[in-house]
Amino acid sequence: MSIKKVHSEQPENFEFNTNFKSIAEEILKKYPEKNKKSAVMPFLYLAQKQNNNWIPLAAIKYISKYLSMPYISVYEVATFYSMFNLSPVGKYFVQVCTTTPCLIRGADKIVKVCKQKISDKENQISQNGKCSWTEVECLGACVNAPMMQINNDYYEDLDEKSTSKIIDSIFKDKILKPGSYRGRKNTSPEESKTINGSEHA
Amino acid sequence: MLKQEDKIFKNLYNNHGWELNKAIERDDWKNTKEIISKGKEWIINEIKTSELRGRGGAGFSTGMKWSFAPKKIGSRPHYLVINADESEPGTCKDRDILRFEPQKLIEGCLITGFAVGAHVCYIYIRGEYSFEGQRLQEAINQAYKKSFLGKNACGSGWDFDIHIHYGAGAYICGEETALLESIEGNKGQPRLKPPFPALVGLYGCPTIVNNVETIAVVPTILRRGGKWFASLGRPKNTGTKIFCISGNVNSPCNVEEEMGIPLKDLINTYAGGVVGGWDNLQAVIPGGSSMPLLPKKICETIKMDFDSLVENKSGLGTAGIVVINKDQDIVSCMARIARFYKHESCGQCTPCREGSGWMWRILNRATKGETTLSDIDLLDDVTKQIEGHTICAFGEGSAWPVQGLLRHFRKEIDKKCSNDPLIKKKKDVPYLIDQHLLEKKNA
Repeated sequence: MSIKKVHSEQPENFEFNTNFKSIAEEILKKYPEKNKKSAVMPFLYLAQKQNNNWIPLAAIKYISKYLSMPYISVYEVATFYSMFNLSPVGKYFVQVCTTTPCLIRGADKIVKVCKQKISDKENQISQNGKCSWTEVECLGACVNAPMMQINNDYYEDLDEKSTSKIIDSIFKDKILKPGSYRGRKNTSPEESKTINGSEHA
Repeated sequence: MLKQEDKIFKNLYNNHGWELNKAIERDDWKNTKEIISKGKEWIINEIKTSELRGRGGAGFSTGMKWSFAPKKIGSRPHYLVINADESEPGTCKDRDILRFEPQKLIEGCLITGFAVGAHVCYIYIRGEYSFEGQRLQEAINQAYKKSFLGKNACGSGWDFDIHIHYGAGAYICGEETALLESIEGNKGQPRLKPPFPALVGLYGCPTIVNNVETIAVVPTILRRGGKWFASLGRPKNTGTKIFCISGNVNSPCNVEEEMGIPLKDLINTYAGGVVGGWDNLQAVIPGGSSMPLLPKKICETIKMDFDSLVENKSGLGTAGIVVINKDQDIVSCMARIARFYKHESCGQCTPCREGSGWMWRILNRATKGETTLSDIDLLDDVTKQIEGHTICAFGEGSAWPVQGLLRHFRKEIDKKCSNDPLIKKKKDVPYLIDQHLLEKKNA
């Protein structure tokens, strides 16, 4: 799968804070007692959330002890899945979908804007230290192509102008509303055509 | 054209609200108790009558799949797992169901869980859909509050719990056994089949894995009768389906339509036609990126259902329609899809892990016009080496689109090969030497 770089500077220790510890205990209840290994992915998410959106090796060690798993099995999972970041990303992590359905509707232009505004290279934190970007594979919003994801939000139906606007405003810590930037409702057809006199569902 | 009253997903665009009380107004959770009281046999038979086929890509008969679960619950509990790891390029139907019709899915889970003897259901959502996951969790909480879930769910006497499990950006976890591995806390690498999950699945217990759309249509089928569902579409390809139309169309959209609707109607009526007019159409990928593309000639007449697409050496897959017009370079479009598969291969089987990289590199060179004619034969050979030599269907999924390209657009690629710089320059060097190294100083 994706190539992962483990960050060179690692913190010594890691532990869930009290709030996350209680969330972790709630998560464990979802799975049968003898299969608590299942919680490894939710736990990695928690660790990532607590540690500024990246997972240090100390957290992998902590989780492996928590779930009585060998260290290497947790490491395997952390490196297999592309959403676990093993080195720091920007406070605002921009992911641009560039798979074919987005590409043929102009995802390369979105990438160009990111290169100009954020950083020349992927996964490089911008000069103001706020943002980094990366190309990703299909994010599953093909009908709203081209699109990008900033942290958890989907920004859809983009063009160069709207992308610039969104990135400029996150630099000022102002998060714009996610969703379509061509003013349409979710995944409905744009010209509100009527069939048999009635609106689409 | 599908009549308004025959639409199953009436809130596909969230015009009417997704909350539980709004969903009840749309007849969700109506008579659920009575449906369950008719018994497992009745439910499974009704689904068999409806001829519902799985909406996740393979198109396997849903009623048949359910009947594979052991009739009696033995020492091992049964599980129901819902596959919401929607990552196929071109497909975004499950996202709308999770966001706007979550109660249909939840009700479907309860009924299916009862029919296959499962008290616990896991819904595996792809990690990127965090908003959709939160929305579904809210919907589940609302259902618990009304006692539609939990102990004695909906007054049916059946205990039922639903948990959400997030993926983390691996396409391969959409394969059912990889998905089970992922829930168990391992890398998402598919298992050998048999044994099939219906007998040995999650935690070694009998498990039924179904797609979101398949489960979400179940309550409506049972309320209106299997015969009603079977009366839509064509025999063996019955019912309605959400089509996702993306790419070079004037108005890309999701739309629910009858199975077997002509592709041309679908594009012209709902998606506002091809950009630059129908004559500007180059090719259509009919079922998500894994399915071979169709050239314009076939698109004129093709009907969108499982069997007619198979007759044309393609497939309905997830019904993610990607329209490509003549402004696009078809070879670079396919090279990008090949890059997707190279990135997403789980690395377990050598033909797929290595072959997907080979295909990407050759196609990438073809885009730049750096291939020789023999490279294209090699590409054809690589696709055959992958197909059928892997544990899961990812191998086919990565090889088929390239085969489709070679089948229908061989001329376009060959044209690019004549631009081979070596042929142009007429260099008199034997082919045994690595040609590209000659260009560099330190070769």
